[in-house]
Amino acid sequence: MKPAAFDYQRADSAEMAVAALAELGGDARILAGGQSLMAVMNMRLAQPKRLVDISRSSPLADVRLDAGWLHIGAAATQASVEWRPRLAQEQPLLALAFPHISHFQIRNRGTVAGSIAHADPSAELPLCLLALEGEVVLRSSRRRRTLRAADFFTGMLTTARSDDEMVEAVRFPLAQPGTGHGFEEFSMRHGDFAVCAVAVVAEAKRLRIAVGGVADKAVARDFPLLGGSALGDALNEFAWSLDARDEPQASAALRRRLVRELGRRAAEQALATRSTPP
Amino acid sequence: MSVLSRDTLHEVKLQLNGKPRSGHAHPRLLLSDFLRHQLGATGTHVGCEHGVCGACTVRVDGVAQRACMMLAVQADGRDLQTVEGLADDGVLGDLQAAFKRHHALQCGFCTAGILMSCADWLGRVEDPSEAQVREMLSGHLCRCTGYTPIVAAVLDVARLRKGAAHA
Repeated sequence: MKPAAFDYQRADSAEMAVAALAELGGDARILAGGQSLMAVMNMRLAQPKRLVDISRSSPLADVRLDAGWLHIGAAATQASVEWRPRLAQEQPLLALAFPHISHFQIRNRGTVAGSIAHADPSAELPLCLLALEGEVVLRSSRRRRTLRAADFFTGMLTTARSDDEMVEAVRFPLAQPGTGHGFEEFSMRHGDFAVCAVAVVAEAKRLRIAVGGVADKAVARDFPLLGGSALGDALNEFAWSLDARDEPQASAALRRRLVRELGRRAAEQALATRSTPP
Repeated sequence: MSVLSRDTLHEVKLQLNGKPRSGHAHPRLLLSDFLRHQLGATGTHVGCEHGVCGACTVRVDGVAQRACMMLAVQADGRDLQTVEGLADDGVLGDLQAAFKRHHALQCGFCTAGILMSCADWLGRVEDPSEAQVREMLSGHLCRCTGYTPIVAAVLDVARLRKGAAHA
């Protein structure tokens, strides 16, 4: 399986990349790590006319702390975030999720922003961004705008990004004191896309539960602090509300069952890791 | 940088296992095919061509990644290491020797990629647990060994390198 023919252009900055998008629109695709795009191109599911390669742009590979956010540029690899020495303090949910994201060799080249731009409903990074109420920075030659995760993801592999826009950066909020996190996933093999994944953020008065792999996009819902049978009832109702995908390898019933079981485990993990605010 | 046309061959110059090499590629040519067909470096194997099987894993500037999900034109100016670079003048490297000692290969198709992953990973994780080794190996498919001897070989290399560092 080889990709169809395309023209190739290296862009060393966001300005160069969005200029190409302004000229070509949807006929051009941004190539960051390529760990989703190259696979679908090799299978001829995507046949862009031009690839705009940002993978060697150092300004776009920036990862930094910025006023309460972990700011991750479009070309920053997943490994460059995963191997941050203090990631478990900066954003524990990401530290919990990374081992589930494909494999070491893929995270070495795949980018955080690219996974979010690809918007696979089973992918872990879109799920985490939604659970944490993160943001996506979109850039075109006309303007720059910032969308909340909930407004960015619109469905299966689709987002609010226009054809002339690129995802310039994504921003995860830094963990607040007293907040706990939980992450659970079931997949057919380690590193495969999730049949169901659940990310939970536990705050003083709120339990935010996000579910990936079940509906056509990740879905988050806020609950008051719940435990025991009340949590079980809430998860059951949440599971039925999701219009679970029914596939030969994983039925909708299995997915609902996983929402209930993984949801309970992730919520318990989040509540248990919630420290008392100083 | 100018646009490289789909219809034209473009020169790609890189370092392969410490030696300067060059060849020509259309933009759509995968790095895995460039290595094998342009440079004759057939130690890198091609399996699934969508990043799952791990057979084509090479090191680019030291970092283990899939050669089937990178373009040859993207490798221009980079430093590549493949399985051909692991042995020193015909003497097996420590990873290769451990794989042989532990019978960690049978048909050998997956082995080149696994060795390149391990070469990068063991440089970062010096004292790995078995669970960590298995997580790293989840990026490779081997249909012969059942993985147990591969895990043993990787743990053995980590132990021997640690012993050598402390000797």
